[in-house]
Amino acid sequence: MVCDDNARLLHGYLDGELDLVRSLEIEEHLKTCPDCAQELWNQQTLRKAFRSSSLYERAPAALADRIRASIAREATADVAATAEDASAKKATIVSMTPTPLSSKRAAWNWLAVAAAVLLMFTVTWRVVPGLSGRGNSDLLTEEIVSSHIRSLQPDHLFDVKSTDQHTVKPWFNGKLDFSPPVRDLAEDGYPLVGGRLDYVDHRAVAALVYQRRQHLINVFVWPEGKETGEPKRMKSVQGYNMIAWEANGMYHCAVSDLNSGELEQFTELLRK
Amino acid sequence: MSTLAVYRLDSSSGRMPMATPNAGNAADAGRFEQTVMPHLDAAYNLARWLVRNTHDAEDVVQEACLRAFRFFGGFQGGDARPWLLKIVRNTSYSFLEKNRPTALGEEFDERVHGQDAPPPNVEATMVRNVESRMLREALEELPVGFREVLVLRELEGLSYKEIAELVGIPIGTVMSSLARGRERLREALLRARAKEGTRGL
Repeated sequence: MVCDDNARLLHGYLDGELDLVRSLEIEEHLKTCPDCAQELWNQQTLRKAFRSSSLYERAPAALADRIRASIAREATADVAATAEDASAKKATIVSMTPTPLSSKRAAWNWLAVAAAVLLMFTVTWRVVPGLSGRGNSDLLTEEIVSSHIRSLQPDHLFDVKSTDQHTVKPWFNGKLDFSPPVRDLAEDGYPLVGGRLDYVDHRAVAALVYQRRQHLINVFVWPEGKETGEPKRMKSVQGYNMIAWEANGMYHCAVSDLNSGELEQFTELLRK
Repeated sequence: MSTLAVYRLDSSSGRMPMATPNAGNAADAGRFEQTVMPHLDAAYNLARWLVRNTHDAEDVVQEACLRAFRFFGGFQGGDARPWLLKIVRNTSYSFLEKNRPTALGEEFDERVHGQDAPPPNVEATMVRNVESRMLREALEELPVGFREVLVLRELEGLSYKEIAELVGIPIGTVMSSLARGRERLREALLRARAKEGTRGL
């Protein structure tokens, strides 16, 4: 049997991925261990089999043509939208300057996961019959799940990353058929950190992202279409707190792992 | 569902610079043709090995390319191949999740499968004259997590670092997955060879 310690490293060695010191150690070991030497030989044979195999699958020629055609359609369709979008795009470019700091990126990735989890809880909440007072929960489930999946994709927490409400708000111009209320609450300890488009309840919605210490707050906003004057509703699901309310014809839903007291304070500030 | 969640979490830790979906235009289409389309074979190869069906692979690649085009504004230059492959991978997993959830549920934990087989003797573990057909069948049967690292390494020739970024796992895990994947592959080849009654593999 192959020595446990070296079994893994043997593959790094085979792939030329070990540093010099490790490589030399493995080479020394191979001189004295026939099992590992045999294993390396096996793996080299396997690799040769891969190299000489016909396993690589090449794209059929017709596929390239189909893709070119669909991209051409996409590019043409976008010409009209582009003009309309130009002013909003300008704001986007300014605010979308990439941040190459990998640690920062890792943190945002983590936040993206957190946001997705939050969104999923939003889903759970919205689809529980009787809780939100909305019907058609199956459809809602379906579309919100796709929302959930999208939000899990890399760097999907923000479309526009900015702490400036005057950058975030105009960014939504031309992307939504309504203008979401965007307010920075940095002075109150709830800085706005960005926003994105999301898709909930059969429509594109605005998702605004705020931060409180290490906690992230997602606020989903879309027009309700009717002034129901429903009172504020609060819900806690497995440690996540959610508060939904309606104001000025807009449905708002704030979701976070923040404690309910602070989340309530946050929504009160937003409602002011 | 937990398996799916794991894959999803993995895919979220990559480095792909996804930005706002930019409205593409004719100039973008030209640039896309130059930088991305040359990697169509790589895209198809990965999709084909992940979804295991030529027809589905074509659909997945077409959708992935369209997505790539929409997000082309977020592509920051450099090698477009890993960038495109990452989109293809995500699209493939979405497809599998929707259409073949069982394919994602395949056990990716070697403790379940790897250890209960009796250790074959040294003679029998020798790998000889592996035929393309056998290798293909063995690779097809591996759980998707092993299959993808093997395809990316052996067929696509990506480095550990590139695979780590693409799949969203640490480099050490790439090495472990390759080690286990190759081990599983060899076991499968040995079983196939035994079935056909030929001595030694």
